[in-house]
Amino acid sequence: MDGGQMSANTATGKQATMLRRLRWGRRADSWFHFGTQMLAIMVLIVLGAIIAVLFKGAWPAFSKFGIHFFASSAWNPVTENFGAASSILGTIVTSVIALLIAVPISFGVAVFVTEIAPRWLRRPIGIAVELLAGIPSIIYGIWGLFIFAPWFSTHVQPALSDSLGRIPVVGVLFHGPPIGLGWGVAGFILAIMVIPFIAAVMRDVFEVVPQSLRESAYAMGSTRWEVVRKVVLPFTRIGVVGGIMLGLGRALGETMAVTFVVGNAHDIHSSLFMPGNTIASTIANEFTEASDPMHLSTLIALGLILFAITFIVLTFAKLLLLRMERASGERL
Amino acid sequence: MPRIPEELTAPLIVTGKPEVKRPFAAEEYGPGTAGIKHVKDPRMVVRNLNFYYGTFQALHRVEFEIERNKITALIGPSGCGKSTLIRCFNRIYNLYPEQRASGEILLDGENILSPRRDLNLLRAKIGMVFQKPTPFPMSIRDNVAFGVKLYEKLSRSQMDERVMWALEKAALWDEVKDKLRQSGTRLSGGQQQRLCIARAIAVKPEVILLDEPASSLDPISTLKIEELVHELREDYTIVIVTHNMQQAARVSDYTAFMYLGRLVEFNDTDTIFTNPAVKETEDYITGRFG
Amino acid sequence: MVANMRYLKRRAFNQLALVFAVLLTGIALLFLGWILFVLADKGVRYLNLDVFVKSTPGAGIQGGGLANALVGSLLITLLGIGIGAPTGVLAATWLAEFGARSRLAAVVRFVNDILLSAPSIVIGVFVYGIMVLPMGHFSGWAGGVALAIIALPVIVRTTDNMLQLVPSQLREAALALGAPRWKVTLAIVYRSSLSGIITGVLLAIARIIGEAAPLLFTTLGNQFFSTNMSRPIAALPQVLFNFALGPYSNWHRLAWAGAFISTVFVLFLMILARVFVGRKH
Repeated sequence: MDGGQMSANTATGKQATMLRRLRWGRRADSWFHFGTQMLAIMVLIVLGAIIAVLFKGAWPAFSKFGIHFFASSAWNPVTENFGAASSILGTIVTSVIALLIAVPISFGVAVFVTEIAPRWLRRPIGIAVELLAGIPSIIYGIWGLFIFAPWFSTHVQPALSDSLGRIPVVGVLFHGPPIGLGWGVAGFILAIMVIPFIAAVMRDVFEVVPQSLRESAYAMGSTRWEVVRKVVLPFTRIGVVGGIMLGLGRALGETMAVTFVVGNAHDIHSSLFMPGNTIASTIANEFTEASDPMHLSTLIALGLILFAITFIVLTFAKLLLLRMERASGERL
Repeated sequence: MPRIPEELTAPLIVTGKPEVKRPFAAEEYGPGTAGIKHVKDPRMVVRNLNFYYGTFQALHRVEFEIERNKITALIGPSGCGKSTLIRCFNRIYNLYPEQRASGEILLDGENILSPRRDLNLLRAKIGMVFQKPTPFPMSIRDNVAFGVKLYEKLSRSQMDERVMWALEKAALWDEVKDKLRQSGTRLSGGQQQRLCIARAIAVKPEVILLDEPASSLDPISTLKIEELVHELREDYTIVIVTHNMQQAARVSDYTAFMYLGRLVEFNDTDTIFTNPAVKETEDYITGRFG
Repeated sequence: MVANMRYLKRRAFNQLALVFAVLLTGIALLFLGWILFVLADKGVRYLNLDVFVKSTPGAGIQGGGLANALVGSLLITLLGIGIGAPTGVLAATWLAEFGARSRLAAVVRFVNDILLSAPSIVIGVFVYGIMVLPMGHFSGWAGGVALAIIALPVIVRTTDNMLQLVPSQLREAALALGAPRWKVTLAIVYRSSLSGIITGVLLAIARIIGEAAPLLFTTLGNQFFSTNMSRPIAALPQVLFNFALGPYSNWHRLAWAGAFISTVFVLFLMILARVFVGRKH
């Protein structure tokens, strides 16, 4: 009788321990779930906070200058008269130059890696291009300032103004003294910096093209180039545009490399070889020196504009790449 | 007496059954010997064809002939080398550096395996349709015109005529004549496959290769493709790979049975299915393995 | 069919296009080679022991080194990764283990990808607004937080991808034994994707250690040796910025030496990350 009682007691004791453990495990689980979810949501909060802080900081400038802020290229810290036009234009012009150079080169790299190179060469070239993306932007800046810009102004720029400079109307873009600093050089260095990003996306989307599709194009008697041009490119069009947009997003926001070579002048010239600036370079140059509140607010406003532009471009890029992913997922 | 290549005397191993050997001497292997028939009017002649994926040998001394304007079916269990064999006829395997073939495949007396052979011209002459439909990402009309544009300069109306002709031949015209500008990828699976056939026909090739063209289609589409293949025989020499024996029996004039990378038997389709000479062929068609 | 004019033209065009692709690839690699060559050349010339043991020289002063900048970089990078890595890994854990295909997870992934490419200078302005202004002075803490915000999306992205590669059967098998979810995650999921998570962290370090833009108005820089995180502190990329743009050739020499050090370190980290990925697959 006593023994039976005892064993019953231990049995319920065991059960109780187990229940306690189960309950504890369940509670720990829900805490784990909740905790990690909060951290995931923090990613959203960071984005929201960035926008809120920038907006608050930019408000004085926006309310003072209004819509003229975007149209004026005035920049006078003494009279507190600021306009964003030269910076915004510089950001756009340098990024467009970068894309004009980077897109064909990236396309060449992607075609080479996916369609031409023997298999043993593909990985090394992929890694090399990745390293190009890994080099810190400040290094591009130093290299650009001391090595590339002097070389460019003595070798490339005269050739450009002698050839393209003679074209009426457009030629004005290529006139100017060989200083080596300006939108043109900045765009060129940005191009080198965004090549890896665009090339990597292009390579990835090219590899999504089903091998059977390639084979049937070859089986029709197409040459390699025709397969790329008429089958691979149309198939991956959306993804390719997405990759270019991604590169554009990078180029727009790039700071260090540009600050070194853009010249840092708040002027708008007709020539690509005259000193100019971009949003990012203006902020980098003046932020710590901006002693009066309106100057600081103006710079924060520039930051907000830059963030808004890149946000739109990157969102567009991301949406295109998602569409590509979904489309190829269906087909495969 | 010539040395007999080892791979020809090597036993064919069939699970669950005792070892069986080809019932005739190896030196007699090839067209004209027991089990491998000569054809009357050969369009293509395969001689001593070996094929390698890297170091793995997938085809062993394949020898047979393909008759002009007839349908030749390649059958055999999966992995027997029938797809590998058909991929030799237009050298599509050349896309992959680790794959190579040795021996000869004569097309009208000229060896297509010769390294000097221009692959694009060869492929313009030998059309191919793949297992899965592969419409290009462009309109139906452009799909059909794709290969034609590569080699011929046609006026708009001539091209329209050619597109219509090819689509009619492929029995697709009635279904797509009102939507030629629509993307080819939006057709149904069976229609896509017929579009691919039209695309192959449009360049007016001499030989058409079909690699399991109906394996990813529903029975009705399959029937349509089979009827189509039967009609195309009038104008083209056709080679078709299939894992479906009934299909081979229905559509083909000649059948080649392959097993473990070797051509075991080649004969009129009727003979193969009613009175095979080699035991493995009989085992396969009666469903004892594969 | 004879080789007609049309075909000859096509073939010639094809050859031309292929040659172009090879040339363009060559151009891209040429720039990589050029940059690396210049860095190696200058780096070897200007690198000496002083660079590692002496602090940054003032204007016009000869000699000196980068010791304070190297130590400062180390401190703020450690802080950045110390905040960014656990936060990122846990956030990614929710994405891969709980969020999966839910709408919230899709939004978080989307926003994370945007942050991944957001201009780092804007992050600097943000941290200036939330830390430097309220605290009233520049500090190492602010720099570390700025770097953490840059590291976070890198780690979330790679960890999320890696955790998704873990076969769900593995999770199910562990859950079927009665293990609670958190234990399955820690003991099974993390362990089988450890090398992938480490790769993500290494790539994040490679990314933030070279970042100069967000440090300009968070850490500000400090000419003297300091390990006080509550005060302005020197960091290598920010010193490179000031020295390269400065007028003194001694500064330029140190900038080249520093550029060499930071590139070697970043490329070393990237190759190390590749090794970790390689071991996994």
